[in-house]
Amino acid sequence: MTEAVRRGRLKLLLGYAAGVGKTHQMLEEAQKLKRQGMDIVIGYFEPHDRQDTIAKTEGLDTIPRRKLVHRGSVFEEMDVEAILRRHPEICVVDEYAHTNVPGSERAKRWEDVELLLEAGIDVLTNMNVQHLESLNDQVWQFTGVRVRETIPDWVIKKADEVVMVDLPAQALMNRLKRGVVYPQEKARQAMENFFKEPTLAALRELALRQTAHEVDIRQVSEEGAEEFLPESGEKGRAPSFARVEPTDRILIHITPNPSTAALVRRGRRVADFLGADCFAVCVLPDSSLQDLPPAEQEALVKHLDFARKLQIETRILAGEDVAQVLVDFARQHRITQVFLLRPKPRAWPLAFGRNLVQQVARLAQDMQVTIVAERRRA
Amino acid sequence: MTKRPDPEQLLRQLQAEEQYARRGRLKVFLGYASGVGKSLRMLDEARRRKARGEDVVVGATQPKGSPEVEALLERMEVIPLRTLEGVPVMNVAAILRRHPQVCVVDGLAYDNPPGGFHAKRWQDVEELLASGVSVLASVNLQYIEECREQVGRITGKRVTETVPKDFLKFAEEIEVVDAPPEMLLERASAAPLRAGEASPGSAVAQGQLLSQLREMALLLAADVVDYQLEVYLRRHGIEQLWGTHERILVWVNAHTDAAMMVASGKRNADRFQGELFVVYLGQPDLTPAERETLARNLGYARNAGAQIEPLDGEDTVDLVMRFAKARGITQIFVARGTRESFWERVFGNAVDRLIQAAEGIDIRVFPG
Repeated sequence: MTEAVRRGRLKLLLGYAAGVGKTHQMLEEAQKLKRQGMDIVIGYFEPHDRQDTIAKTEGLDTIPRRKLVHRGSVFEEMDVEAILRRHPEICVVDEYAHTNVPGSERAKRWEDVELLLEAGIDVLTNMNVQHLESLNDQVWQFTGVRVRETIPDWVIKKADEVVMVDLPAQALMNRLKRGVVYPQEKARQAMENFFKEPTLAALRELALRQTAHEVDIRQVSEEGAEEFLPESGEKGRAPSFARVEPTDRILIHITPNPSTAALVRRGRRVADFLGADCFAVCVLPDSSLQDLPPAEQEALVKHLDFARKLQIETRILAGEDVAQVLVDFARQHRITQVFLLRPKPRAWPLAFGRNLVQQVARLAQDMQVTIVAERRRA
Repeated sequence: MTKRPDPEQLLRQLQAEEQYARRGRLKVFLGYASGVGKSLRMLDEARRRKARGEDVVVGATQPKGSPEVEALLERMEVIPLRTLEGVPVMNVAAILRRHPQVCVVDGLAYDNPPGGFHAKRWQDVEELLASGVSVLASVNLQYIEECREQVGRITGKRVTETVPKDFLKFAEEIEVVDAPPEMLLERASAAPLRAGEASPGSAVAQGQLLSQLREMALLLAADVVDYQLEVYLRRHGIEQLWGTHERILVWVNAHTDAAMMVASGKRNADRFQGELFVVYLGQPDLTPAERETLARNLGYARNAGAQIEPLDGEDTVDLVMRFAKARGITQIFVARGTRESFWERVFGNAVDRLIQAAEGIDIRVFPG
């Protein structure tokens, strides 16, 4: 390549459940863009047997899916190579949060999309809000469903535009009853589980607030507007939190405790909303994982990896006194807020010495300490 | 739920439910600016309902519709506006005579001239609903009474014709018509750009202005959904253990200056687009110095626009937790105590006990 390719633009349609009309709206936009003379193709489309949605693909070029065999079954995935060869101006991709079948070049569809964007192709895609990593615990709390296909929040941040596909919960229930979303039998099952009015209303509210947040962070600040004129060639936008004066810096304490995943998500989300830098550390007696029991080792590695996946800078620190090591690190890195798990309750607090929260609070008189309790379901 | 139902109350509830069953259903399409496609979305739904066999008429249209809107209108039964004192108004009497299942009202925020059915068009709609006609209606953010000031500050334009936010809250359904501002800019700028009048700078400013309105509309819809969810849960006796919405509670006292804590609470509430509460314990035996500290702390709270609540009772941690649960609080900000009694050291101080009691709520302990 002789010159830098302009990165493609990513537009994400955000919904809150199957059937709200994400794919429909995406294809409608695709048809409109085609009428305006754009070179647009469908890179991946999930028909779900919905006739009126399938009808919307008429007249649009579809790149055939790629077939992969995994454990004796045939799976179909988006054919990134073929799209790159065809190199359209715009590519339509259904279900952004999808996980590719094992054996694919990339684990996630959003990583496939990344390649298209790098090649200068604009992408129009969609997903539901519950796939957002930082909302995983909250979504579990009110749906009872642990969403496995998640997408890190920073990936969404890179989208140039996030648009809400809205539909009242009651209207979605009606669609389901009419058999528009799923075949009757599956619809009945869905209504007994996920598709209950309060659950859908709560998801919808999450999606509305998330979209409002995405709009908020994409606003160019008034003072900064000059620098971001198209002529200057500046592609980045100043997020509006650039206006906020004090800078928060957040430190998350990583342990083998299973609740650590929730702590990391919560810390990351708070950091995102405050525009704060985010670190995660675990403290070991001699900075080596080797000496730990295998189960603890595995849990720590998993939690550290998870934090890294959410673009949190991680460290393994050595020291006997966990509180002291945490606070020293916090001082060096000008941390303003330390995130800790809730300590186990004790009948006689002092008989066993102070717990970690009390120790950190005593040592770090100048910092805020946030204790995140594990979420529970009714 | 061991309390026996009160027969009077049961009767009232039954009557209310019967009345509700006879009422028409209201669905509102909310846009953040003109041109987002509310009319089109609404008329498309009207068309689909008609195709499904519902009896649909159009009761009010906007003066200048897009070609797509005009095309949809051609296939619908339209009850024309009538003219009153030279002003076109919705013909409520004609709609009621026709009595369709569903009536489309494009544009809720119109004032009727004196001599009309009602002073405002949304009151006309209320009349249709009470008569059992369901209504599909559209409205733009700037016409919502409670948003008018803020929109005015953003756009520099204030409208005079408004619809109260409660009218949206009591709608059975509200749907946001969301679209990125670029689309609107393309449409709106086509003419001036050809004339070579608009500079790119104003396009950026315009885009930013539209983004602010868009954010407001999304949050307004979220508030309406939140309210409706609360009503649903209350009606079905379901306890809400989770918040979809950040609500921050700052617990101030008479010993520690809470300036930083309240400021941080305010900033967090703003960033999360959430709500801010400040609570304190009503204590009769404060020294003058303590009273002054508490008054100063409550002053910070007022300036931050917090909802302030005094709490009264014996077990302070229990009081704060009960308040937090009742209000769906997601984060509690508290100052760590500096003085610790012997018993507190043995059994844990208030902050320690708060941490143990706070299930599903983050506790942020502040210096001081």
